[in-house]
Amino acid sequence: MEDMIFYDRMQFAFTITFHYLFPQLTMGLSLMIVYFKWKFLRTKIDKYNDAAKFWMKIFALNFAMGVVTGIPMEFQFGTNWAKFSELTGGIIGQTLAMEGMFSFFLESSFLGLFLFGEKLLGQKLHFLTGFLVFLGSWASGYLIIATHSWMQFPVGYEILENGKFVLTNFSALFSNPWLMPAYLHNQFASIITSSFVVAAIGAFYLLNNKHNDFGKLFVKTGVIFGLISSVLVAFPTGDWTAKNVAKHQPVTFAAMEGIFETEEGGSEIVLIGQPDMENKKLDNKIAVPNVLSFLTYQNWNAEIKGLNEFDESVHPTNVPGLYYSYHIMVGLGTIFIGLMGIAALQLYRKKLYKTKWVLWSLLFMLPFPYIANTTGWYTAELGRQPWLVYNLLKTSEGISPTVSSGNTLFTLLGFIGLYLLLALLFLMLAGKIINKGPETSNQ
Amino acid sequence: MELFWYIVLMIMLTVYIILDGYDFGAGIIHLFFAKKEKDKKAITNAIGPFWDANEVWLIAAGGVLFFAFPTLYASSFSGFYLPLIMILWLLIFRAVGLELRGQVHNKLWQLVWDKAFGIASLLLALFFGIALGNVVRGVNLGMVTDGSSTHEAHYFFLPLWNPTFSPTTEHLGIIDWFTILLGLVAVVALTIHGANWIIFKTNSDLNHKLKKTIFKLNLLLLVLVIISLSIWHIIEPNPFHNFIEYPWFWIFPIITFIGLFGLFKVKSFKRDGLGFLFSSLFLFGGLTTTVASIFPKLLPSTNTVNPSLTVYNVAAHEYGLSVGVYWFVIATILVAIYMFVQYRVFKGKMDDVGYGEH
Ligand code: HDD
Ligand code: HEM
Ligand code: HEM
Repeated sequence: MEDMIFYDRMQFAFTITFHYLFPQLTMGLSLMIVYFKWKFLRTKIDKYNDAAKFWMKIFALNFAMGVVTGIPMEFQFGTNWAKFSELTGGIIGQTLAMEGMFSFFLESSFLGLFLFGEKLLGQKLHFLTGFLVFLGSWASGYLIIATHSWMQFPVGYEILENGKFVLTNFSALFSNPWLMPAYLHNQFASIITSSFVVAAIGAFYLLNNKHNDFGKLFVKTGVIFGLISSVLVAFPTGDWTAKNVAKHQPVTFAAMEGIFETEEGGSEIVLIGQPDMENKKLDNKIAVPNVLSFLTYQNWNAEIKGLNEFDESVHPTNVPGLYYSYHIMVGLGTIFIGLMGIAALQLYRKKLYKTKWVLWSLLFMLPFPYIANTTGWYTAELGRQPWLVYNLLKTSEGISPTVSSGNTLFTLLGFIGLYLLLALLFLMLAGKIINKGPETSNQ
Repeated sequence: MELFWYIVLMIMLTVYIILDGYDFGAGIIHLFFAKKEKDKKAITNAIGPFWDANEVWLIAAGGVLFFAFPTLYASSFSGFYLPLIMILWLLIFRAVGLELRGQVHNKLWQLVWDKAFGIASLLLALFFGIALGNVVRGVNLGMVTDGSSTHEAHYFFLPLWNPTFSPTTEHLGIIDWFTILLGLVAVVALTIHGANWIIFKTNSDLNHKLKKTIFKLNLLLLVLVIISLSIWHIIEPNPFHNFIEYPWFWIFPIITFIGLFGLFKVKSFKRDGLGFLFSSLFLFGGLTTTVASIFPKLLPSTNTVNPSLTVYNVAAHEYGLSVGVYWFVIATILVAIYMFVQYRVFKGKMDDVGYGEH
């Protein structure tokens, strides 16, 4: 039984983590491509259209990866989490079915037109298809986060005697207080990913002294989008999500922040430290007094309950993992604001394209938004444990009763092998496109 | 309400098989008949801009199944665990093969992805046929041994096969001689379907040859269909009971045979789209006839202890099903518009689309 749950969880965690590497770029990059296309329509300068075309190649590859790794996600609710699907399908099935009907059809129908239809459609309509692809991917994010929000904060339901959840209020799924903050936060986070990718490739060209025109355009666009989204991810949206957790999942909040003891007169914010679960305390801590209370309640002295005050049975199952995930995400968020701030300043002073160390930093930052996004989801998911549906359904009660652990391990290993292959192919082909660089149209 | 969603689901699955079916068929043709680079290009051009949107029908149908019939979704997806995950892997190979072959200009690279695409398409067609076979044959719900259930009444698990390969024992497997037979029917039918699509959408040199092939394959299909029908009573002792109870159900087998016989005339068709129309009719008729014959069952039980899963005992709650209608109608209208635009822009022959050549 323990093995069954373990492999099911590993498989879900592995496949969703891998999947989400791609959508985060899809959602952010589609916005930036639409921006390039729009600039082209406004200014008629070919450079913008060429830039859009270049990123469309990366986009197409990335999108394909998102699609092939996304389909297993949809199926896995049934294959590995059958009990969960049976009990809550009437509710989360709504939002997941809507995702298929409203967003995947939109994206996939217009993607083909967007990629192959420029000549057939003319520039205005081509822009429109790009916009529709963008809309589809953002709608998909919205409906996924709506599903996820319901699991964190269930609303509009009733539980029947046989344990089934039935929907009683459809609109509650969308007015869920968890949804908007989480959605906006997540979307800005995905714009961060795309900004850093665009800026990093730009920096790569400048440092290589290749495609300099595009290098400048990419760095500039990436830095501007990057600064705005980095700020918005932290404030107000990160702040909102954190307040939601503090309000509705106080144990999770304490664990995330690394607060073991309730402090009289306000809690400190922990910057660094290692949770010691055996002795229920934080080792080697560096913290600033009272700041957490202020950030959470706008009151320097507000009380925040420490982890030790809750019964151990309700503690998140992996407190250190949760704590580190959260601190990595927030730490990286801070670094992003700092770096993008400096880069923007240099841009403003017209020195950015010559400031080598900033360009190198932009290049090396490329993987970090992915790490921040992943740890962000780990914060959300580990924070919800041991629950699948917060306070109502345990993770251990959600798995498929008849699928043996041997079978799950078999498919888990299969996914690992297959995805490693996909990752290799992706890196190789993306590298090839990047190395070749954008092509200038000679009109 | 349940009936409405049942019909919706069946329509979506049928549309999926008709649309993605031509992609599988094209893949099989690609594997066995396309020798020259030009022919291969013609095939990828003919399906390139569509396959992704076609696959969405599967995802959307899965979504509707999840939301309208959660118990069936949970029971069948966990019960058919291994084949489903393998279908996922094959779908990945199919997509990767199709999308990546053009990215590198190297013979070996293209050979590998051509085979990946072709073999995955072939196996997918086979697996979907086998899946249909499993649904008609039924499963050991509740995993009854010695007359008592070992699991909740609507759960089960099937291994890939059991040594006897028999569809009538207590120890069933996914693959037995009956389901394999339906798998073969699916492979042949979808190959014909894919060939018709290629004829319809391209001017390739293959077209002439394909018309002859369709004729031969159609003979084979007729033989396979006759064999299946003549052994059907082993699976279902009383196969006609629904057609007696609801006489209008006869329309489904009639459509099937119109499709099947229409296909024999493929060489004399003036318009290239007609063959595709007939193979679509065959697929539509074949699928609807099969599900109609077990209606209202969705997954029959092979034991006498636990009842079959039916439209009525696996549906979600009334309120959810009714609100679903509102957004579903809106979404369907939108989907119809997208499809219209998509097929409009890519209408006619597609030899010059240049798919996958960035
Ligand atoms: C916030 C964003 C986000 C998150 C958290 C997820 N996805 Fe996703 N997913 C997308 C955003 C997205 C996307 C950007 O919309 C993709 C990328 C490529 C695409 O077609 O849409 C996508 C693709 C994609 C596809 C393929 C669609 C197609 O064929 O066009 C499926 C079936 C899913 N996803 C399902 C899921 C499920 C069941 C998830 C949760 C467990 C999930 N995704 C997490
Ligand atoms: C809204 C979309 C999502 C839904 C509906 C969802 C749902 C689930 C479910 C059903 C599980 C299995 C039960 C469990 O162990 O907690 C799970 C686990 C997990 N998910 Fe998500 N998830 C979503 C998005 C994500 C994303 C995008 C990521 C990461 C990038 C993620 C990371 C994880 C991890 C790491 C686990 C394993 C947790 C553990 O082992 O304790 N999830 N999620
Ligand atoms: C700097 C301040 C930040 C704060 C205060 C913050 C806050 C939070 C909180 C509290 C959660 C958990 C919400 C939940 O339990 O559902 C969360 C989730 C998440 N964070 Fe952040 N975050 C910050 C930065 C970032 C950055 C830089 C990224 C990525 C670039 C990021 C990406 C995510 C993602 C993808 C999730 C999971 C999805 C969600 O529930 O919204 N966050 N964030």
